[in-house]
Amino acid sequence: MFVGFGPVLSSVVAAAEPVIPDYGAQSSSCVVHNHFFCADWVSHNWGPVLWPALRGHILLALVAVGIGFVISLALALTAHRYGWLERPTIVVTTILYTIPSLALFELLVAPVGPNVYSAEIALVSYTLLILFRNILTGLRGVPSEVLEAAEGMGMSRKQALTRVELPLALPAIVAGLRIAVVTIIALATIVYTIYNAGLGVPIHTALGEGPFKTELIAAGGLAILLALTADALLVLLQRLLTPWTRARAT
Amino acid sequence: MHEFLEAFRFIAHNGAIAGEPGLPTLTHLALETLKVAAIGLGISIAIAVPLGVWLGHLHRGSFAAINLGNIGRALPSLAVLAIGDAFLGLGLTVVELALVVLAVPPIVTNAYLGVDGVDRDLVDAARGMGMSGSEIVTRVELPLAVAPLFAGIRTAAVFVVSTTTIASLAGFSGSLGDVIANETSYHFSGVLGAAICVAALALAVEGVLTLLQRALTPRGLRLVEPEPARVPPAEAALA
Repeated sequence: MFVGFGPVLSSVVAAAEPVIPDYGAQSSSCVVHNHFFCADWVSHNWGPVLWPALRGHILLALVAVGIGFVISLALALTAHRYGWLERPTIVVTTILYTIPSLALFELLVAPVGPNVYSAEIALVSYTLLILFRNILTGLRGVPSEVLEAAEGMGMSRKQALTRVELPLALPAIVAGLRIAVVTIIALATIVYTIYNAGLGVPIHTALGEGPFKTELIAAGGLAILLALTADALLVLLQRLLTPWTRARAT
Repeated sequence: MHEFLEAFRFIAHNGAIAGEPGLPTLTHLALETLKVAAIGLGISIAIAVPLGVWLGHLHRGSFAAINLGNIGRALPSLAVLAIGDAFLGLGLTVVELALVVLAVPPIVTNAYLGVDGVDRDLVDAARGMGMSGSEIVTRVELPLAVAPLFAGIRTAAVFVVSTTTIASLAGFSGSLGDVIANETSYHFSGVLGAAICVAALALAVEGVLTLLQRALTPRGLRLVEPEPARVPPAEAALA
């Protein structure tokens, strides 16, 4: 009877009985019925919802790994020179690494407030153990003969560090960066609990809407894809920075 | 710092909130968290340790074993839980499934690296003494791989406790995360108190596993073994 009014009818039903509220005027029947994956929702909401969340996620992770790297490098260089520093640093960073993210974020909210600083302090603290250990392992792995040769060539301690030790430690350092980046990208989905940023925001919205499957899969999938892409980019970076390891492999 | 005082008061009252009767006690929630986490970790160990040890013993599948660990790290707990929720509905089964998905990779990778890395000369010597394959695994390779094996299990334990609390954000009820996810009832002091409990619980689990590891390390190794690796070694991510 209503065959001719099919599309009209379904849009009327959509307006009258929305399963997923607040999803704009363009709610398709796929969205209304909360099907497996609605590509139309993703294309409509890429600009207003997904891209800002993804961009915020990338920023959170970049800043955290950047600051974490600087701190870890400084700690590792100091511990490389003064060996006794290694143990206390490992103990403190292990404790920080062990505290579950959800708890650490809240613990930081009390003194710092529910803002981007709490989020970044927590994320940075998760990078320290990984980066410190890998940088130190890399520096310690430099053969003593190589260092003696550098000294024999008349290099100062500083020159030996920047021209010999750090380049030779690069593979281990990049390996640490890969672990840190992937870990931080995964953890940054929890940031939304204290600060409105990252891919956790759309995941949280979707959980409150039924859950709305398309948004869960899109946002969760983006987080996983972002981690894998960042990992691949770092592998590429390492290949560019250490051409000699490739020469040895062939 | 006033908030911390309030939070400790909340802990001292075992999670009771004035005017909100019928809330579970913190002890109950902590035990529930431990139960959920222990089941997930137990299943993961039962799957991952034999698999990793077997691959390491055969020195095969390094690519798969190592990359499994890297991929496992890339999975955000919340995304895994949320996607499980979307398809199967978030009950205990789905939470345990998510825990296993997150905990198996680090255990497999570290068990593999540990057993694969056992000095080949020692294995040859054991074979020369007439040990069978299974004797070599249980009496030579496993004892020598205790440190990396436990590094994986401890990493997994941290993931599992953390994810159990995060499950509350996805709507699963029955862990200390319930308090953190419900600021309306508990106020910030309750959330902070629960966060302190979660942190203490995770550190306690880590401590117990460290003690267990020490007890299982052969006496001879205790003399020479450096601090056990906490995060997979640098080489793990190189492959």
